[in-house]
Amino acid sequence: MKTTGPAIVCEDLRKRYETIGQKPVDALVGLDLTANYGECLGLLGPNGAGKTTTIEILEGLLPSSGGKVEVLGMRWGEHDTQLRNRIGISLQETRLADKLTVIETVRLFSSFYEKQGDADEILQSLSLDEKREARVMTLSGGQKQRLAVACALAGEPELLFLDEPTTGLDPQSRRDVWEIIRRQREGGRTTLLTTHYMDEAERLCDRVAVVDRGKVIAVGSPAELIQRIGGDHVIQFALKNSNDSAESHVELFSKLPSVQACHVEADGFALTVSAPHECIPALVERLGANRLQLGRLTTRNVSLEDVFVSLTGRRLTAEELADKAP
Amino acid sequence: MSESQTIENAADGMRGLKPAAQRHSTGRASPLGQLFLARMRMFYRAPEAIFWTYGFPILLTIGLGVAFRAKGVEKVTVAIEDAAPLAQVRASLEKDPGIKAKVGTASQCADWIRKGEAMLAVINADGVEYRFDPTRPDASLARLKVDDVIQRGAGRPDAVHVTDMTATAPGARYIDFLVPGLLGMNLMGGGLWGIGFVIVDMRIRKLLKRLIATPMRKRDFFFSVLGARMAFMVPEMILLLLTGRLLFGVAVAGSAFNIAVVIAVGAVSFAGLGLLAASRADKLETITGLMNVIMLPMWIFSGVFFAASRFPDAIQPFIQALPLTQLNNALRAVISDGASLSSQWMPLTILAAYGTVSFLLALRIFRWT
Repeated sequence: MKTTGPAIVCEDLRKRYETIGQKPVDALVGLDLTANYGECLGLLGPNGAGKTTTIEILEGLLPSSGGKVEVLGMRWGEHDTQLRNRIGISLQETRLADKLTVIETVRLFSSFYEKQGDADEILQSLSLDEKREARVMTLSGGQKQRLAVACALAGEPELLFLDEPTTGLDPQSRRDVWEIIRRQREGGRTTLLTTHYMDEAERLCDRVAVVDRGKVIAVGSPAELIQRIGGDHVIQFALKNSNDSAESHVELFSKLPSVQACHVEADGFALTVSAPHECIPALVERLGANRLQLGRLTTRNVSLEDVFVSLTGRRLTAEELADKAP
Repeated sequence: MSESQTIENAADGMRGLKPAAQRHSTGRASPLGQLFLARMRMFYRAPEAIFWTYGFPILLTIGLGVAFRAKGVEKVTVAIEDAAPLAQVRASLEKDPGIKAKVGTASQCADWIRKGEAMLAVINADGVEYRFDPTRPDASLARLKVDDVIQRGAGRPDAVHVTDMTATAPGARYIDFLVPGLLGMNLMGGGLWGIGFVIVDMRIRKLLKRLIATPMRKRDFFFSVLGARMAFMVPEMILLLLTGRLLFGVAVAGSAFNIAVVIAVGAVSFAGLGLLAASRADKLETITGLMNVIMLPMWIFSGVFFAASRFPDAIQPFIQALPLTQLNNALRAVISDGASLSSQWMPLTILAAYGTVSFLLALRIFRWT
């Protein structure tokens, strides 16, 4: 097994969806991406950014319209069976057969591979052994998602693709799935996952590639990306008794100590700062001098969400375009 | 081989599957075996599929068999005017086993005719007067029968000696015609729905896409679907033949082997058509529509409920080209007439051609994602 060099290489990857009678849609417009062996790389971006298109091209389920793709040093169309034997996949929204039990489903999938994983061991590693004999239709959303990961692991893959593994799950189920993925990462398995949840990317990924409008616009570890926008903290506050327009205050707040950026939000302001202990007293003093009262004030650490906003000027969650992938 | 032996063997075969696959689970599991098992489990764990495959065809056979059972000779109801000159006429009519006489006044008799309670009224006139509606075929038949009884009762000799031979012996009744047709119809429905619907459902679930993302061999998938369909069909056919035999005394003249061969060729043929219909559809509406377009002409024209030869000669080439027509012809030949397989080479060849062509075409255009 090759363990040096990149596990995945995409160069100038392009994908155009052509529908007769409609304008062609460019889902990918020159996407570059590299994943190293043993790392967990996250594709982070809003719906419609091209994450699923990218991962399905890498999985050999979708032809690209241009660019270079190498997976485990091989190419689709030349080494398909070998590649299929060495990768594991969890698609977005697969509904497995309702009437089969958990163990039957994993055994079925494992039978397809050269290296047939032990179904019981896989279930144990995903804490699904209690549900061994349960039919798929009786599982909760989180359990179904864990079973999808179990099927992805059925052939003991070197490279794991997980497309939005926690979308639509309740918080507890999401944490369960995170735990599973973290364990996979610790096992040294290369993983590529897509998500539009910042916290997920921050917690699970060694490196994150931020995807927007068919391109990667930033790559790095979550810490690096956060550092890149300057401040470490965000102060969010609202005013009680301001009649002036929000914009008129921006200049005032931007000059406060250690402020890197000031954004107007729906019901207040957000300051990106490097030293909140210097900024907050100055803010309070300045408001007092202008006879303004605070309605709310909170502080938090800078997140990948803020990175996305600073890179694109848009919030990640507000962008609810339908994913273009078929 | 008797039917009961066939059932036992089939059941043994089903039981035999499980240990075979479990044996593999300690060593290497066979993908074809696992796919086949999965398909079997998906089927027998779905009560609705069991009902439509086994329950419904049997209920249909029983229903139609009862509705069209031999009812004995039907009596003709005749109204007779209560008049003294008709006493001898009345006596001979009442004596005849094929006639039910109703006696009343002339106006009562007219009333019965109008309401259809009697086919014919015998009224006292100069001799005898028959009153009936000649546009009703039953009434004209009643007139012939009644006149015959009255004339013979009055002493008319038969000019020619006649013997009646009726065709209600087993083998020539409607139910004997119907049961092979129902076998054919179920092979068609089972093949098209049992394969077509399942595949489209798997496509909608993105299960096909998930499967093709593994190193699974495509031919294993197709063989498992086809093999499972063949396995479900065996008990279905045996149950139908048994129902016909036990409830209605439908005789099976042909050998079990010949019948099995015709059934198998028919099942593969319709499985191929089912696969073709399902090869690209990605909505349940699409597959349902396609199924109806394919099956409706065959329900009507292919001689399930009545002989295909009743349709005009002009459309016979079209009717004979339908796979179900050929299957029904071959089934009737081997089941009712005990025909040999070699005499059925043409229907068998046509069916095999339908199966092969549609299977190969389906593989070419099949969409996994």
